[in-house]
Amino acid sequence: MHFDLNTVWFVLVGVLFAGYAMLDGFDLGIGALHLFTSKDEERRVMINAIGPVWDGNEVWLVTGGGALFAAFPNVYATVFSGFYLALFLLLAALIFRAVAIEFRSKRPEHWWRQTWDIGFAVGSILSSLLIGVALGNIAWGIPIDEHGEFAGTFLGLLKPYPLLVGVTTVALFMMHGAIYGVMKTEGALHDKLRGWAMNSIIFFVICATMLTMATLLYVPHMAARVRDNPWLFSVALANMLAIANIPREFHHGNDGKAFLSSCAAIITLMALFALNIFPNLVYSLPNPENSLNIHNAASSPKTLGIMLVIACIGLPVVLAYTVSIYWIFRGKVKLDRMSY
Amino acid sequence: MDVLTLSRIQFGATAAFHYLYPPLSIGLGLMLVIMEGAWLKTGNTLYHQMARFWTRVFALTFAIGVATGIVMEFEFGTNWAAYSRYVGDVFGSALAAEGIFAFFLESGFLAVLLFGWDKVSRKMHFFSTCMVCLGAHFSAVWIIVANSWMQTPGKGYQIVTHNGVARAEITDFWQLVFNPSSMERLFHTVCGAWQTGAFLVVSVSAWYLLKRRNMEFARASLKVGLSVALVASLLQAVSGHVSAQGVAKNQPAKLAAFEGLYQTTSNAPLTLLGWVDEKNEKVFGLQAPEMLSFLAHNDIHATVTGLDEFKPEDRPPVQASFQFFHGMVGIGFTLIAIAALGFLYFRNGTLHERRWLLWILVFSVVGPEIANQLGWFAAEVGRQPWLVYGVLRTPQGLSAILKANVVLTSLILFTFIYFLLFAVFIYLLNDKIQHGPDDADLKPAGKLALPEKK
Repeated sequence: MHFDLNTVWFVLVGVLFAGYAMLDGFDLGIGALHLFTSKDEERRVMINAIGPVWDGNEVWLVTGGGALFAAFPNVYATVFSGFYLALFLLLAALIFRAVAIEFRSKRPEHWWRQTWDIGFAVGSILSSLLIGVALGNIAWGIPIDEHGEFAGTFLGLLKPYPLLVGVTTVALFMMHGAIYGVMKTEGALHDKLRGWAMNSIIFFVICATMLTMATLLYVPHMAARVRDNPWLFSVALANMLAIANIPREFHHGNDGKAFLSSCAAIITLMALFALNIFPNLVYSLPNPENSLNIHNAASSPKTLGIMLVIACIGLPVVLAYTVSIYWIFRGKVKLDRMSY
Repeated sequence: MDVLTLSRIQFGATAAFHYLYPPLSIGLGLMLVIMEGAWLKTGNTLYHQMARFWTRVFALTFAIGVATGIVMEFEFGTNWAAYSRYVGDVFGSALAAEGIFAFFLESGFLAVLLFGWDKVSRKMHFFSTCMVCLGAHFSAVWIIVANSWMQTPGKGYQIVTHNGVARAEITDFWQLVFNPSSMERLFHTVCGAWQTGAFLVVSVSAWYLLKRRNMEFARASLKVGLSVALVASLLQAVSGHVSAQGVAKNQPAKLAAFEGLYQTTSNAPLTLLGWVDEKNEKVFGLQAPEMLSFLAHNDIHATVTGLDEFKPEDRPPVQASFQFFHGMVGIGFTLIAIAALGFLYFRNGTLHERRWLLWILVFSVVGPEIANQLGWFAAEVGRQPWLVYGVLRTPQGLSAILKANVVLTSLILFTFIYFLLFAVFIYLLNDKIQHGPDDADLKPAGKLALPEKK
């Protein structure tokens, strides 16, 4: 692997999106599980479990998007204009997710809360699904013409494989959210969430198994990459071990460690995806020669260098205060008058 | 309608709606720092009550600001893909810097500001409030840097052919940050945001005074609100003047459109109020002789460039630019007058008797909100026909593959969503205002009750 600034930015953009999946993933998962309980108090506890952090978590997506724009403008332009309707749906879903959290507990009426609860759940599920479908299309390959423009259609994005990735993402985030919930709650809700967590693990494992088979059978360029680099199996193995470790940690009452395991599972999945597509960012099907890669889609070395300086100054600071804020809000959720 | 028109409407509408909120976040952020700082300094629990109440209002505006902000970022790629490819190297860096330096900062510490009152020490909480305020200001810095580069690209870039396609690339990062208009436009934008936050506080407090509710809270809030409103409004006149001189120097076609000046003229008059007859290239209205030359170039005899120096296809829409600009300036001066009157009567203790003025103050927050909108309309319409001034024309930035019906779909969807959001926002804001400050906040309990020092 040739080491250069373009590779560094491939990794950094990957880190930002993996950070988004790991952090906002549990917010979206909590949202997806939200309607499983009908008790207002339990719903409030679940919302307040993510209350102080969901906003900062979403910034990983905003910054990831910004970094993609700056480092690989051609990818940003092609994918965003190509996935036009899907992205506007994602935006709508993210908006409803966000404002539902803010709005729902502001009024006591049942219809008011139920409406925003549905907005929260549907927004969260739809966001997860669409993010997965987008990722699935990148993995499968999208038609790109010789000018680097998307040459497909909206309906063409809804092929079985990307949809499977979408459903798997929903399962993954539900699992992640449930485990986060287990860590943040106590009493009856805690036990409920634990049950949901176990069920979502099963849901996810089934999806992931199907997805792995589908990838090896139907996505030749991904399968070839794994065949040529058998060590990639170790990343997949690490992912499976991380998942397997979750029930074990639950059994020992280490909810925090179960959550870390779930984080590790997401990171290994993202790593596997990144290692499989590198050095391409968007694989072009049926014309692989039109693929957008870390060189033909990148900004100038000068800009990549400047941005690396910005990232080196900014990211450690961001990580430091993100960790301290999670530390401040550690422990079980207690509702008070500042809560949502 | 064609894809270009629809995309412009969509970008303009979503940006305009979004921009109702960030000025409130920036301005209220400053107000929160002042209020909480006053509480820490004086120990007067009234300031604690104020900080708590305005924090709740802040949370509401912030949530919608964030939710509608992501739309803006995505739209560069969805609708303006050619623009994104062309400027990603320059514009993208500023956007990424905004994410790393500003958005993480404000959203991270927002958690402590909203939910951390009982969890951290007072000083730590105050620090978090300052960080949220700082983050909100940083977000203005980077997006203004990016937008100013589109207005005045300056010298920090070059056009390079990459894979057979021309694009702009950075040659000097600091020239990008300090491009010819970025600092004055930042100053102007931030003053507008301070006005918005301060006048919101003034509006709500004046309403309480009118209804004879929460009188002590209202008076204390008015004191802070009116002071900041007056200072910000006066500073805004200065920043506006500096910005206009910058426009005269860097974007002469835009200034000519602002003033409806068709012929290059020495001793050019300033039109205070008027109507542009675009067909006959004339302006009717109230004029102050020689003032435009003086304001633009500090010399009543100076020559001001008119639209005749530009080919018709290089001119911005004159009537729209003119009216937006004059509307903004008119509101700006009105706000100075309102803030000054309010401040004066507040100081001599007769404000509560002057109900007419209180009613004006109640509606005053609409002033900066509209002026902010008009100011941006003037800035962006005045930049036309360019997307990047003198470098890239607006139609050239459009995504090549878009279909009109697709853009129409997203436009209708988001118009619907935004109207819904706005209605709920107003409803909840009104709810919070009606509910008023919490009396429990006058006697802070638990961790907050501990005296800082005796």
